[in-house]
Amino acid sequence: MKKIALFLAVAISIVVVSCKSDDDTTTTPQNVNVAFTFTQNWDGNNITNADYETTVYTNAHGTDQTISKLDYLISDITFTNSTGQSFSAEDYNLISARNGTNVNFTPDVQIPTGDYVVSFTFGFDEEDNVDAAYPDLTSATWGVPTPLGGGYHYMRLEGKFDDGTPTPANYAYHTIRAFNTATSTPFDTSFEVTIGSVTVSENTNVEVKMDVSEWFINPNEWDLNVLNSALMMNYNAQLMMSQNGTTVFSLGAVTQ
Amino acid sequence: MRYGVLICLLLSIVFTSCKKDDEYIATPMPLSIPQLFAEKLSPPIIPGDNPQTREGIALGRKLFYDPILSGDGTQACASCHNPQNAFSDERRFSIGIDGLEGNRNSMPLFNMAWNFSEDFFWDGRAKGLENQALEPVTNPIEMHNTWEQATVSLQATSDYPLLFSNAFGTENISKELVVKAISQFTRTLISSNSKFDKHLAGEAELTTSEANGLAVFLDESRGDCFHCHGDPNTPIWTDNTFHNNGLDETITDRGLGAFTGDPRDFGLFKSPSLRNLAFTAPYMHDGRFQTLDEVINHYSEGLVYSETIDPLMKTISEGGVHLSENDKADLKAFLLSLSDPSFINNPDFQDPN
Ligand code: HEC
Ligand code: HEC
Repeated sequence: MKKIALFLAVAISIVVVSCKSDDDTTTTPQNVNVAFTFTQNWDGNNITNADYETTVYTNAHGTDQTISKLDYLISDITFTNSTGQSFSAEDYNLISARNGTNVNFTPDVQIPTGDYVVSFTFGFDEEDNVDAAYPDLTSATWGVPTPLGGGYHYMRLEGKFDDGTPTPANYAYHTIRAFNTATSTPFDTSFEVTIGSVTVSENTNVEVKMDVSEWFINPNEWDLNVLNSALMMNYNAQLMMSQNGTTVFSLGAVTQ
Repeated sequence: MRYGVLICLLLSIVFTSCKKDDEYIATPMPLSIPQLFAEKLSPPIIPGDNPQTREGIALGRKLFYDPILSGDGTQACASCHNPQNAFSDERRFSIGIDGLEGNRNSMPLFNMAWNFSEDFFWDGRAKGLENQALEPVTNPIEMHNTWEQATVSLQATSDYPLLFSNAFGTENISKELVVKAISQFTRTLISSNSKFDKHLAGEAELTTSEANGLAVFLDESRGDCFHCHGDPNTPIWTDNTFHNNGLDETITDRGLGAFTGDPRDFGLFKSPSLRNLAFTAPYMHDGRFQTLDEVINHYSEGLVYSETIDPLMKTISEGGVHLSENDKADLKAFLLSLSDPSFINNPDFQDPN
């Protein structure tokens, strides 16, 4: 069965390739890819590699903190036009901000030029958050152990904070699908971010900014002295982080 | 079936047309990828210019065990990478041919094709297995030879020129071909048959203690080991990246930082796999711990602060989370369930000479 399918796929692709003539491209409108760049800032100050572990930020609660690691996953970037028609490759991108891995990402979908509202999912929604389903993410130890609800991390934000003792304390602000370990009940804490309207032309690049300070502000002013680690197993903390996340992203520069 | 034949024909046309006429190809022998690895992980890393072949692997195995590569003909790779120790060294520091001792514990060798970052050594200073294998031969505290001398010695033997010819199509022995052959062999060192693997395959049952140990390992407020050493979905049991796990207040061996020069990397070492711990004592980059109990006590109550300590290390001011004696014993039982006796005794991996 597999072999037949494979043969058909090969055959079809040969046919498709050979049937495509130059004329087609002049009559149908040109479809294009859209590139994205993910940047990070703390209340407007860009966070660059040199800032990790060194620059001290004061969060809304008044606690001094540094950042060691900032990795996050976004998925299902979607372009919706004025008629409500939407386009999405339904793919995902794991960004490691500190060393710049995957800060540039082009979803695997070609769309007609024009005006769109652009949105994406922070993390994975329920449909996509399937345990061990993505070998590249699993290989990157991005998974969430099954007893903690399975699926994948959405974000790992880690660093140190001043807890008033002579040496700094550690925090691991990890966001995942909330999971009540006592009752084994999951709750989807991924969220959709509508980033804004973008005019897509042939070489469009969209900057998506993350203001890291927003994770600590509203609606839940975050006290790292209370909530600093073992947050994956903390159902309420996951809900609070998800709420705080909704104001974290914004549209940056759009270049054509 | 007819379609299968057709596809083969198609493929062979493609291959034939791409193949240069003068290229010698030995007998292909792809890695046998364990089912669990194939299901969960990205494919293993095999450089395009060094495919696995029967002749290459056999040659690499012979070289790995042959002291001919060392300056005085007394030391082989296997002298510090003993199969009975999962290709590690039971001595805290290995001793080179001149009787000199290093300051790092030898590393076990297995599942290295799944080191997706391809950073090798405790400090990540070698990129890729082939590059890694260049080092021990010339390292003055290890085999202390020159590559020129090593290849001349090999060329002068009665058997190696033919073996290189069979593997690579040339009798001209070069260091590049030596490390290619060795790497083909070391890529075959796959460990995937521990009790825990059998448990995942439904062929073995964990004891209550082992099962609770796994729970401790995965519990963020107790072990929280999984962020760096993986979980049952990551059968390599390491993230293959670099951390400071709170061993020293004052960093003497800078680890990754000695290689990158970045003070933020001082004291960071590669997370080792937790497979085969039953065979790989002593532990840590400097072999400071003789037993797993010492390792577990370290994580439980022995953590000390230094500037680069990993944020995942908790309650450092109290030395750690203070596991109960029961949890410690169970954690140890679980860790030992990741050991794979069939790996150290695999006849394909032993000395062929
Ligand atoms: C004198 C002892 C000694 C000899 C001989 C020796 N090694 Fe090693 N090997 C070590 C030590 C010690 C380390 C760790 C060194 C470090 O990280 O700085 C190591 C590390 C390695 C690693 C890195 C594993 C990893 O996961 O990063 C590989 C691979 C390796 N050796 C292969 C070889 C090969 C192949 C040879 C023969 C060409 C060889 N070794 C000879 C002692 C030795
Ligand atoms: C922050 C990442 C991190 C966490 C969390 C972590 N480890 Fe480690 N582990 C490391 C690193 C890095 C090393 C090597 C350190 C060195 O040698 O300097 C190591 C070494 C070890 C070793 C020694 C293995 C060998 O071959 O030498 C064992 C055993 C071990 N860890 C078990 C555990 C257990 C059990 C836990 C949970 C209680 C745990 N680790 C949590 C990063 C981590």
